[in-house]
Amino acid sequence: MSSLATEAPIDVNGVIVPSRPGRRVLAVLRDAGASVPTLCFDDRLEPQGTCRMCLVEVEVDGRVETVASCTALSEPGMSVRTHTDEIVEYRKILLEMLLSEIEDPFRTSQAAALGNHEFQAAVREYGAQADTFNPIECRAKADDLNPFISRDYDLCISCFRCTNICNDWEQASAITVAGRGQDSTIFSKFNNLLMESPCTFCGQCVNTCPTGALSNRKMAGTITPAPMGWNADSPPEATISIPAPSGDTVQLGPETSVHRTSTICPYCGVGCGINLITQDGELVGSEPDFSAPSLGSLCVKGQFGSWDFINSDERLKTPLIKNAHGEFEPVSWDTALALISDKLKHYRDVNGPDSLVFWSSARTTSESNYLAQKFTRVALGTNNVDNCSRT
Amino acid sequence: MVGKGAMSNSIEEIAGADMILVIGSNTTEAHPVISLRMKKAVRNGANLVVIDPRKIELTRWANRHVQLKIGTDIPVLNAMAHVIIKEKLYDAEYVAHRTEGFAALSQHLEMYTPEFAEELSCVPAEQIVSTAREYAAASPKASICYTLGITEHSCGTHNVQAVGNLALLCGNFGQENAGVNPLRGQNNVQGVSDMGALPTDLPGYQKVEKPEVREKFEKAWGVPLPKRRGITKITAMDQMIKGDVKAVFIMGENTVVSDPCSGHSKHALEAAEFVVVQDIFMNDTARLADVVLPAAAFAEVDGTFTNSERRVQRVRKAVEPPGEARADWRILLDLFEYMRMPQGLETPSDVWDEVAALAPILSGISYERLDKEGGIQWPCPTPDHPGTVFLHQDQMDSGLPGQFAPVDHIPPVEEPDDDYPLFLTTGRRRSTYHTGTQTGRAIGFEELVPHEMAELNPVDAVALGIEDGEMVRVSSRRGSLDIHARVTDRSPKGAIFMAFAHPDTAPTNVLTIDAYDFITETPEFKACAVRVEKLGVG
Repeated sequence: MSSLATEAPIDVNGVIVPSRPGRRVLAVLRDAGASVPTLCFDDRLEPQGTCRMCLVEVEVDGRVETVASCTALSEPGMSVRTHTDEIVEYRKILLEMLLSEIEDPFRTSQAAALGNHEFQAAVREYGAQADTFNPIECRAKADDLNPFISRDYDLCISCFRCTNICNDWEQASAITVAGRGQDSTIFSKFNNLLMESPCTFCGQCVNTCPTGALSNRKMAGTITPAPMGWNADSPPEATISIPAPSGDTVQLGPETSVHRTSTICPYCGVGCGINLITQDGELVGSEPDFSAPSLGSLCVKGQFGSWDFINSDERLKTPLIKNAHGEFEPVSWDTALALISDKLKHYRDVNGPDSLVFWSSARTTSESNYLAQKFTRVALGTNNVDNCSRT
Repeated sequence: MVGKGAMSNSIEEIAGADMILVIGSNTTEAHPVISLRMKKAVRNGANLVVIDPRKIELTRWANRHVQLKIGTDIPVLNAMAHVIIKEKLYDAEYVAHRTEGFAALSQHLEMYTPEFAEELSCVPAEQIVSTAREYAAASPKASICYTLGITEHSCGTHNVQAVGNLALLCGNFGQENAGVNPLRGQNNVQGVSDMGALPTDLPGYQKVEKPEVREKFEKAWGVPLPKRRGITKITAMDQMIKGDVKAVFIMGENTVVSDPCSGHSKHALEAAEFVVVQDIFMNDTARLADVVLPAAAFAEVDGTFTNSERRVQRVRKAVEPPGEARADWRILLDLFEYMRMPQGLETPSDVWDEVAALAPILSGISYERLDKEGGIQWPCPTPDHPGTVFLHQDQMDSGLPGQFAPVDHIPPVEEPDDDYPLFLTTGRRRSTYHTGTQTGRAIGFEELVPHEMAELNPVDAVALGIEDGEMVRVSSRRGSLDIHARVTDRSPKGAIFMAFAHPDTAPTNVLTIDAYDFITETPEFKACAVRVEKLGVG
């Protein structure tokens, strides 16, 4: 290949983008702002090229080929067509074949509301019909009552993203593919119970699953079902798109009552991105934020433990002052703040500023910590401010 | 010795290292998402060496587990540096241009032969030699990651310096995929120090005892500032007991459970005349307070957290706080008003703008940028600065040459003896967090770790006649508790391991020792002496 040829740009649906050596076609077409559905692809894993949804037509030096864009390498001067009539029809048929193998993928409320349901998004986009092919028997459900991961394999399309993310990315080796072809199932050693497997409940299998076969059991039933189920004749309008495990965005279902807030996991110092899911002002769960530097990764705490402590009945709800009997009594903010400021002023003025100390917190925001040290230095007049990072 | 306390490099860079030396970090359990980058590096052919007294899970991915005796990090690290100098494996040009104190260090390390280190640490000399050679050969694409296993010792500062010596020798500061990377434990432990919630530092690590620094802040804040550095938490507790410190305001920390030798911190807070605790739950510390203020939790506030790799990231409010609970920043602004010092700040964004104006390392960061670009890594001095992926690129962050620090082995303050024949070392488990106030209220988590366990080596278990799962009594000179025994070779012979997330049933910190690093006053959570006894109940 001459150096001149390496500089020849690539044409994606008429959009010209530069060619760079070693790039896959999928990455190039995303450079051009084009999008194709993917079902077996997770941006954190080696591409598999098995679901065939990302097929595109490429032309180089007059040769025309149809290739899986996730695995095919781009070439200088290549021309890529992502949505020829033939390919669009092919994708629709592939989706309809998958629909014949599984239960109604729109039956769960999470499927409509959460960000990783790339299969449902593709079905909507391509108008695939559930009854084009005769249904075939679905995979058996796993009888696994662990508290976190619901495993409904009657929605499994055998993309094997769950086993790949578990074995290649997490390297936890908790689940594997057992059997072949239509009889293949996802199995965890040794008795198919995740609690007794090496599973750490990082939840990445749930997050990468494109159909909802794997879902967050703690959120089951908390999200009100979508206002309309999937209807082939009048596919609902997608409302918003959010970053998905594929590295692309995914169009969500019309779950207008669900709201997501992009924030940071409250546990360790890695600072993984999460979206908090709220509905009617209530916190109902969370999902990873695939646009964050953490690439959607979480551990069990961030995945399954970041919201229900917020909703705990044991939260403090009012200021409390200890009475003469050593019991706490609820008081107004005015009473509490007046008492605190009087006491602090008293010790500051009578015993001196250094008789006061403020211990700030590695758990709260930087803005609150800034104000804590400023309060100590400016209002109390001492540098006796410290934080819990020593202990 | 080169700059501020933070990861020199970024989390993603770990995946591209040729060698990763993990010392005193149980990464797969305490920082699972960082361990993914280590596993990825190993898959790509990187050499992972784990130096740890315990056979932690990460050793499964390691080429070598250097299983040193608790509290002997310095002999091992010094002996590695000894080998690197003796065999002239160091980066001579880097040492000449970017460091100071090499001659003194090499002289100091004469005695730290691998054989001498073996005597102290029980690590075979040839393991030390191989690890040293491999580290030098992989440099400058060799990353060192450490955490509390290094710092939570009475010689913690010296441990960190011994780590730094290795990286300086081999030119690993200021290089991609390299550096010295302390993995931080709490969501905003970086931010709390960045903000100057420290007795010595104003925001942005500007030293309070420097007149020009104080002058700048006095001008901005409009009041004279105290000249002398303040006291640390540990000193403050002693002064409460003595009666010199009268009142304490504690924001979001369960001190009584998380501090060593729980009896001591409880005694200190009881001695104080006035205690305010601001938190989201009633906890053992709040119970000792005179006034308890209900705070909003992370999901209920706007603001920023700064992660382990110096990345300032936006935290956003998703729901209203319960009842009358208020955001920490709001309560503090209210208190300023009650002290008749209104601040004229209305939102967290206003507060951030004041921080950015005063702390040069953060000056280029604004909420507008964070919302548009995502998290930004400091130092970020100007609005057009992209942030800093790794530190020390052209010169050390301190502006000075990297200082070698000759340090000596200091054994733990309390070592096992006839009465208390085992070491206790404490740490974390993946599915529980710190004192358990949050994970303890997360549904399902109780099934993962139903109760705390004292992890005991099978050899010790046989000697004591203890079987897996039975209740045992663990005692130290400071206290005792009953706990389930877990017989496992994760614990080395002669040492037990416990976490501290089940304070109601197993208050681990009644056992730990109130010994501290003499510079940072970080407690020696990683080593104290205990006795384990069979309870003999059915």
